[in-house]
Amino acid sequence: MTKQNYIRPLDLKHGRVDMNHGAGGRASMQLIDELFARAFDNEWLRQGNDGALLELPAAPAGQRLVMATDGHVISPIFFPGGDIGCLAVHGTVNDVAMLGATPLYLAASFILEEGFALADLKRVVDSMAAASRAAGVPIVTGDTKVVERGKGDGVFIATTGIGCVPEGRRIGGAQCRPGDVVLLSGSIGDHGVAVLSQRESLEFETAIVSDTAALHTLVAALLAAVPEGAVRCLRDPTRGGLATTLNEIARQSKAGMLLQEAAIPIQPQVEAACELLGLDPLYIANEGKLVAIVAPEQADAALAALRAHPLGAQAARIGEVSDDPQRFVQMATRFGGRRVVDWLSGEPLPRIC
Amino acid sequence: MSQHMKYVDEYRDGDLAQRIAESIAAEVRPGQRYSFMEFCGGHTHAIARYGIAELLPPSIRMIHGPGCPVCVLPIGRIDQAIHLALQRDAIVCTYGDTMRVPASGGLSLMKAKARGGDIRMVYSAADALKIARATPEREVVFFAIGFETTTPPTALVLRQAAKEQLANFSVLSCHVLTPSAITHILESAEVRQYGTVPIDGFVGPAHVSIVIGSAPYEHFAEEYRKPVVIAGFEPLDVMQAIRMLVRQVNEGRCEVENEFTRAVTPDGNLAAQAVVSEVFELRERFEWRGLGEVPYSALKIRPAYAHWDAERRFALDYAPVPDHKQCECGAILRGVKTPTDCKLFGTVCTPENPMGSCMVSSEGACAAHYSYGRFRDIPVVAA
Repeated sequence: MTKQNYIRPLDLKHGRVDMNHGAGGRASMQLIDELFARAFDNEWLRQGNDGALLELPAAPAGQRLVMATDGHVISPIFFPGGDIGCLAVHGTVNDVAMLGATPLYLAASFILEEGFALADLKRVVDSMAAASRAAGVPIVTGDTKVVERGKGDGVFIATTGIGCVPEGRRIGGAQCRPGDVVLLSGSIGDHGVAVLSQRESLEFETAIVSDTAALHTLVAALLAAVPEGAVRCLRDPTRGGLATTLNEIARQSKAGMLLQEAAIPIQPQVEAACELLGLDPLYIANEGKLVAIVAPEQADAALAALRAHPLGAQAARIGEVSDDPQRFVQMATRFGGRRVVDWLSGEPLPRIC
Repeated sequence: MSQHMKYVDEYRDGDLAQRIAESIAAEVRPGQRYSFMEFCGGHTHAIARYGIAELLPPSIRMIHGPGCPVCVLPIGRIDQAIHLALQRDAIVCTYGDTMRVPASGGLSLMKAKARGGDIRMVYSAADALKIARATPEREVVFFAIGFETTTPPTALVLRQAAKEQLANFSVLSCHVLTPSAITHILESAEVRQYGTVPIDGFVGPAHVSIVIGSAPYEHFAEEYRKPVVIAGFEPLDVMQAIRMLVRQVNEGRCEVENEFTRAVTPDGNLAAQAVVSEVFELRERFEWRGLGEVPYSALKIRPAYAHWDAERRFALDYAPVPDHKQCECGAILRGVKTPTDCKLFGTVCTPENPMGSCMVSSEGACAAHYSYGRFRDIPVVAA
């Protein structure tokens, strides 16, 4: 007796992505059902429509939506402390949270390369599902495409998130003014160095793990601790590192900054690895840290709120916004001199986020 | 906040720097000017990154020398490497900063890569050899640049390639020599005749001296009456070397002194010197960006290793290419001008779009000043 419509289950141990998985036929459906939908399972995905029909949260008038998107092309896809899957969730949750919003839903697009091991894909998808559950932000819709071997790099993941912001909250790069205080939620460079340590051409031994984390609860704790308006700007210093993030904010706010090098937390292993490789930790990517620029009179309360949260235990006050028409980010060095902390130029390392 | 990093933080101690700065300020003679050239880009970088210029009295001027390997690489040599990648279908491997050096036709190795050239950044010469072993069907060329510091690793891979009779590997050698460049500067009209570049002494190379030792500089001290203090690349090394140079000038001494005794000996690394001379020989002439043709200033691969010499293997001709007309890199590399004297600096020439080679590497005088020090000479267009 033959089973009706029987297709062999996906071989998640030894199978590989092939062009059929992206052709839109039965194989595509099977990949979605047996892998993605099973892992991400929720009421919206179960409806099986082209998009997700979402109820807006009951909220007072004046609430606004925030939308953010982020493409993830990291190599290698597995690294100490995480993988491309959880990174794709954290990255977009954080982008939404940096506007002071509560993240609500995520969408995910996968570009798979022909030949990519299904076992690796399962590992990535499971990690993504776990990160989404832990953050309380469901993945409600998605898409999968397959490109020919050699035209991708295993897997690329684009995620889009939406969230809501209460009326009156204005957090953004243009809100800072001279005298505001620059806070940093923890040590810099951990993610970039962890990824770099796995590079084929480098491979050095380090105990450093990526700091990849969803920061929305840290943001919520910070915003709850100070009056509305005291937090001027929030940003997660990912690509380009702390230096580039602060230059972006300085440009948007038409102000300068003065940092204290001695106050910036860096783990000694990160500093040592950077020293060895000729890199500057100020330009190394982070995936679980935020910069908060706050009103001076609320700086102590804001710092205390960050430090009271597990993701902000190492938070520090690292500098101030200054009145500088040239919009330079400057730093008082530990050595006693002063210098510019410039934009990143060129690419210090291959893709790391 | 960062914890102690053993054997590094000791050389970056701000309090000690302050004390050395005070002693330098106390020792300089009123009314006297002191001009010292730091030969190496590593020193240029340290001076800019740690803000050392701010700690020195105004009577001390630091002149940035030509010791930045990518800065002195002439356009014609980059063109050769690009030719190998784009026209000869070779895999070209090189060190990171070389990728961005401007070449002819608006190209650089980075841009040639975007046009389909197989150009790979490597962290060591040995990685290029690994690539050659892994891709026997392709020609693999290591584009070798640098001073005496990077020459021994290149010599080792050449020797290894010969030992393995690796047929598809070769080296495009652009290794240059420090002492010849210093001689060239001291012999230049600006220093000898016009006095437009008053050099009262040199902060001598750090890593180069580990290989060649301190003895080669005796010649400059004696023949040209210039004090030399060999110094490490940490900021305190540089401060201490400047104090030692001030003392030599004040006392009328012209000696080779060694601040970097933790690494440099009079004879240097004899094993490294032996492998270099086994594989390389002197070139009669070599073009340096900014300095022009400098006699006996570079190394070529010995005939015994001809098979692994990319210049012979691909029958490469060398064609010199002039720099951008307004680019002052040449004068800056000779110490005649400073970055801010150049019309292109900070306007059309920035680290994103370097016109001249001094803007490419963070060790280059222009890039170091642009990245770390330009707030001192506002107005420059803010990024």
